[in-house]
Amino acid sequence: MAFEIDAKDLHYRELNKLLRQAIGKGEKHLVLKNVNGQRYVAAGVSAEVDIDIYGVPGLDLGAFMRGPRIRVHGNTQDGAGNTMDDGKIIIEGMAGDVVGYAMRGGKIFVASDVGYRVGIHMKAYMDKVPVIVIGGKAGDFLGEYMAGGVIILLGMFSRYPERPIAGIFLGTGMHGGVIYIRGGVPESQLGAALQIEETDEEDQNILRKHLQEYCADLGYNLDEVMAEKFVKIRPQTHRPYGKLYAY
Amino acid sequence: MEILIPNKEQSGCGLSGVINRKGELIKGEVIIESICCQMERGNGLGAGYAAYGIYPEFADYYCLHVMADNKQALKEVEEILAHKCYLVHQERIPTRATPGISSPPRFRRYFVKPRYEGEIREICEGTADEDDYMVDLVMLINKNVAGAYVISSGRNMGAFKGVGFPDQIANFFRLEEYSAYIWTAHNRFPTNTPGWWGGAHPFTILDWSIVHNGEISSYGTNRRYLEMFGYHCTLLTDTEVVAYLLDLLIRRHGLPIELACMALAPPFWQEIDRMEEPEKSVCTAIRAVYGAAMLNGPFAILFAYNGGLVGLNDRVKLRPLVAAKKGDFYYMASEEAAIRAICPDPEEVWCPKAGEPVIVELEPDTIPNQRSYLRGEGVQVSAPICRFPTAVEEDEEED
Repeated sequence: MAFEIDAKDLHYRELNKLLRQAIGKGEKHLVLKNVNGQRYVAAGVSAEVDIDIYGVPGLDLGAFMRGPRIRVHGNTQDGAGNTMDDGKIIIEGMAGDVVGYAMRGGKIFVASDVGYRVGIHMKAYMDKVPVIVIGGKAGDFLGEYMAGGVIILLGMFSRYPERPIAGIFLGTGMHGGVIYIRGGVPESQLGAALQIEETDEEDQNILRKHLQEYCADLGYNLDEVMAEKFVKIRPQTHRPYGKLYAY
Repeated sequence: MEILIPNKEQSGCGLSGVINRKGELIKGEVIIESICCQMERGNGLGAGYAAYGIYPEFADYYCLHVMADNKQALKEVEEILAHKCYLVHQERIPTRATPGISSPPRFRRYFVKPRYEGEIREICEGTADEDDYMVDLVMLINKNVAGAYVISSGRNMGAFKGVGFPDQIANFFRLEEYSAYIWTAHNRFPTNTPGWWGGAHPFTILDWSIVHNGEISSYGTNRRYLEMFGYHCTLLTDTEVVAYLLDLLIRRHGLPIELACMALAPPFWQEIDRMEEPEKSVCTAIRAVYGAAMLNGPFAILFAYNGGLVGLNDRVKLRPLVAAKKGDFYYMASEEAAIRAICPDPEEVWCPKAGEPVIVELEPDTIPNQRSYLRGEGVQVSAPICRFPTAVEEDEEED
């Protein structure tokens, strides 16, 4: 039985208090109705729970969280998954800017488009490998300063037919991790010191693993998604600016 | 007026704007609800509103909203107006005592027409020169009368602003008593400039009004450039330059609104290098001629005039902006939630690209003294212009 909270006219502090109280009492499935702009929903929550959100959650959804599986039945605003550590955020609509900012674990699946600076400063350590999958298109600075983790950009389910699959300055300052792009991307969109490579069998396995889960979560057809070739973008070196200030 | 030093906390200003293309009037409560949905974006050191279509009974007169510290300052303003204008009506701007609003300045409004002296009267009266006359008059008052500022000067519109949260400022000015076909609103979080009544947004000149989230780090360059054309910055806040740049580029220089937006937020040279002609030459010329009008630094702005509402981001989108439409209503705000608070089921929601203006004008001949700055078909510039009615294509609906 899901535990329901009506978020209408609730300030974010009250909403998060109710959410944390319910989790503290052992509720495993929470449904938040009429959410509109409340910030920091489930921020810092460390628990294995399912949270369904109806409406548009505010900035920094699931920031610092470790464990919850959040499904947003709509769009999200900026900063979803800010520095999240573990768990999953599924967004059935589009997402704003800086999704997965400094993310260090867990997954963010976006059905449609994302804004600017998505995956900025993502990082990975040993078995902690954060993953962002984007069904639509991305704005400028995707994967900026990326240090680890995986970003997969499909460009298939976008509301912007006139835009390129990814904006300019893609991967600027990137020094770790990998960005996979379905169908490729013009080199002019890339930041400096990156290389575009063909995907090999290992890449295909990684892609299939994540996309299988992504398609199952969002009701997309895996064969259709995998029907096109992917390219891989990686930094040429893990210290692209190592000599910038050296004489 | 008391000048409050900003109290730094982590946040950013909030914006909201709404327009009805058929000129249908929108109640004040609507915009108040929208901006108050973004309460966390401000810190109580400034809020304000611009409303269009609120003075239909004096639609042909410029309405000067004057903010003054004391009676003496108001008297000086009135002496200047007596010499320079025909005054058809004047009154106190209605306010009410509001908890949290302390020692507000005085507010009066004057409905005026320019009063030309001598031979030029016949040449200038009733012409576009009246706009220039009013700009000079506003500059004269703001520069020379200590403690008094003209905070709006357009026809059939007005700005209401001060130090407080947006709900307090709305209550103070009794904004629920007004209806407008365009509203913009601002919730301020001053960062580098003081929080004071004159520094609240919107900033205006004639019927231009602008609300801004961000920082104009090119303020010094822009300000010196504007001084060459007779604009004087007196309000101690970076955003002021944008209001005057709009007036200079669009009204006086006659740039189509898309190109003016390009001058404010131009493409990078590396993008221009990849363009085709004639787009490449246009962009190059704009950057060369209007280098000093470029706004450096992060911004999302909404600006309005008697006829339209425009949203624009800086060229790397360092501040948020969301747009939506439903029927004849168009909405723009910092956060989607602010739109959904007043329009729960928009037909379309989209995030404009960096440097891509969203331009929504009223249908032709909807209001008196209507202005349109979409001149001809325009030139295709680097970013696809989201001007009405193209907006965004219908496609994958993910509701």
